[in-house]
Amino acid sequence: MSPVRRRWVRAALAIAWRSLHVMASKPSLFLPSLIFPLFFFAAFAGGLSAVGDAPNFDYPDYTTFQYVFVLMQSAVFGGVFTGFSIAADFEFGFARRMLLATRNRSALIAGYVLTALVRALLVWAVVTVVAVATGAEITGSVGDLLEILLIAVLLNFAATLFASGLAMRFRTLQAAPLIQLPAFLIIMTAPVYVPRDLIQGWVATVADVNPMTAMLEAGRNLVIGAPAETLLALGVAAGLILVMVNWARTGLRRAEAAG
Amino acid sequence: MSAGAATVRAPAAVRGERSSALTQVGYLARRSVTRTLRQPIMFVPSLAFPLFLLAVNASGLSAATNLPGFPTDSYLSFALGLTFMQGALFATMGAGQSIAQDIQHGFFDRLQLTPLRSNALIAGQLAGATVQGVFQAVTYLIVALAFGAHLEAGPAGALVLFALSAVVGVAFGSIGLAIGLRTGNGEAVQGAFPLLFVLLFLSSGALPRDLIANDWFQTIATINPVSYVIEGFRSLFITGWDGEALALAFGVSVGILVLGMWAATAALRTRMERT
Repeated sequence: MSPVRRRWVRAALAIAWRSLHVMASKPSLFLPSLIFPLFFFAAFAGGLSAVGDAPNFDYPDYTTFQYVFVLMQSAVFGGVFTGFSIAADFEFGFARRMLLATRNRSALIAGYVLTALVRALLVWAVVTVVAVATGAEITGSVGDLLEILLIAVLLNFAATLFASGLAMRFRTLQAAPLIQLPAFLIIMTAPVYVPRDLIQGWVATVADVNPMTAMLEAGRNLVIGAPAETLLALGVAAGLILVMVNWARTGLRRAEAAG
Repeated sequence: MSAGAATVRAPAAVRGERSSALTQVGYLARRSVTRTLRQPIMFVPSLAFPLFLLAVNASGLSAATNLPGFPTDSYLSFALGLTFMQGALFATMGAGQSIAQDIQHGFFDRLQLTPLRSNALIAGQLAGATVQGVFQAVTYLIVALAFGAHLEAGPAGALVLFALSAVVGVAFGSIGLAIGLRTGNGEAVQGAFPLLFVLLFLSSGALPRDLIANDWFQTIATINPVSYVIEGFRSLFITGWDGEALALAFGVSVGILVLGMWAATAALRTRMERT
C-alpha cells in the first residue's frame, strides 16, 4: 500500500474509532438508533399482525414481513443518525480540526461511513434476535441472507452519504430535520404495511418508483427463500451510492470552502 | 418620559393595581396565542406531519378494511382518530417548548417580579395549546372531508369534535407544561416526544382493539388511555353518536388534564422556590 493510501486509511479509521468511542461512552447517542427500529417492529409486527390475514395478502408471515422492513429502515436511520454526529462534529469544531489535519479529506467521509456501518450492524443483530425470538420465520438459505445483508449494507452506505452531504453543507445540528425528513418520506412511501399490489391510491404510484421498494421486496422474498429480483435491488442500491458519492463529495467541498 | 410613552396604558399589574386572575390569564393567553401564530415552525409541522401519516396510512392500510369485523369500508375515516390525537401530542410539545424558552430566556424570572398568580400563568400558557388544538382540528376535518372522509355524526358532531380537540389539547398541553417547568430546557421537552409517540403507536390507532391479533399488544392498547381518546374521535366519523366512546374520551382527557395540572402546578411551585 502506498504511503498516501496508508495515510488515508489511517485517517478514516481514526474518524471511525473516535465516533464509535463517543457512541460507546455516551449511550444516549446510540440508544435512539436502536430503540426506534425495535419500537417500529413492536408497533407494526405486534399491532398490525391481523393485516396479514387480509384477503390477497400472499406473504406467509407478517412478523417476517415487518422484520425486513425494520432491517432496511435501520439501514437508512443508521446513516441518518451518523449525519447528526457529523453535523455536531462541525458545529463543535472537531470536524474543522480534522479538515486541517487530513490531507485527503475524503477519508473523513469514509470514516463516517464506517461508523454508520458498525452502528447498523449492531442494530441489525439486536433486531434479528428480537425478530427470531418473537416468531419471524427466516427460511432463506445462508446465501439468501448474505444477499439481504449486502443490500442493507449498500443502502446504509447510500443513506450515510446522503446524510453526510447535507450535514457538511449546513454544519449545524439544526439541519437534523432536513436530514431526517427525506429519509422518513422515502421509507414511508414504500410498501410498508402490505405488498405493493394491495396498496391503493397515491402511495401505490409513489411506491412503484420509490427506490426503497426494490430493496424491500427483494429482502422480503430472500428471507423466506422465494425467488427475488436481487440484481435489480443491488443495481438500485449501487445507483443510489453513485449519486450520493457525488452529493457527499460536493458537500465536503462546501465545508472546505467554508473553512 | 416621552409623550409617546405616556399615551401607552400599562397593564394593571404594572401600574401597581391588583388585577383579577382573569385579566392576568387574558394577557398571558394573548401572548401565548400570538407567539404560536407568529412562529410557523411551531404549528406547521403539527399540521403537516399528521396529515402526511394519514395519507400514507389511508393508502397503505386500506386492505385492512377487508378484514372480517372491520367497522368501516373507509380506512381514511377510521384513521382520522389517530390524526387528531397526533395533533394533540404536538400541542404538548408546543406548550412545553414555550415555557422552557421563557425560562431559558429569562422571561419567567421577570414574570416572577410581578404580582402574577401561578394558576393564571398555567392557564395563560395553555391558551396557545387550546387554540392550536382547535385550529388543527378544523384543518384536519376540512382536509379529510375534501378527500372523501365521512363524518357520520353530522355538523353537530363537528362541534363535539372541536370541543374534544380543545380538551385533549389542553390536557396534553398541561403535561408538556409540567415537563417544561420541571426541566426548564427545550431539548429535554423534545426528548420527551418519543415517549409520547410510543403511547400513540401502542394504541388502537391502526386497528380496532378486537382485531389486534397479538394478546400482549391488545393488553397494552387496552390499558393505554390514548386508545380511548382515539376511539372517541373515531366514533364521530364511523359510528355517529356513541355515548360510551365519547364519555370515555372526554373522561380520560379530563383525567389527564387533572393529572397534568397537578404536575404543572407542583413543577411551577418548585421552580418559583428555586428562582
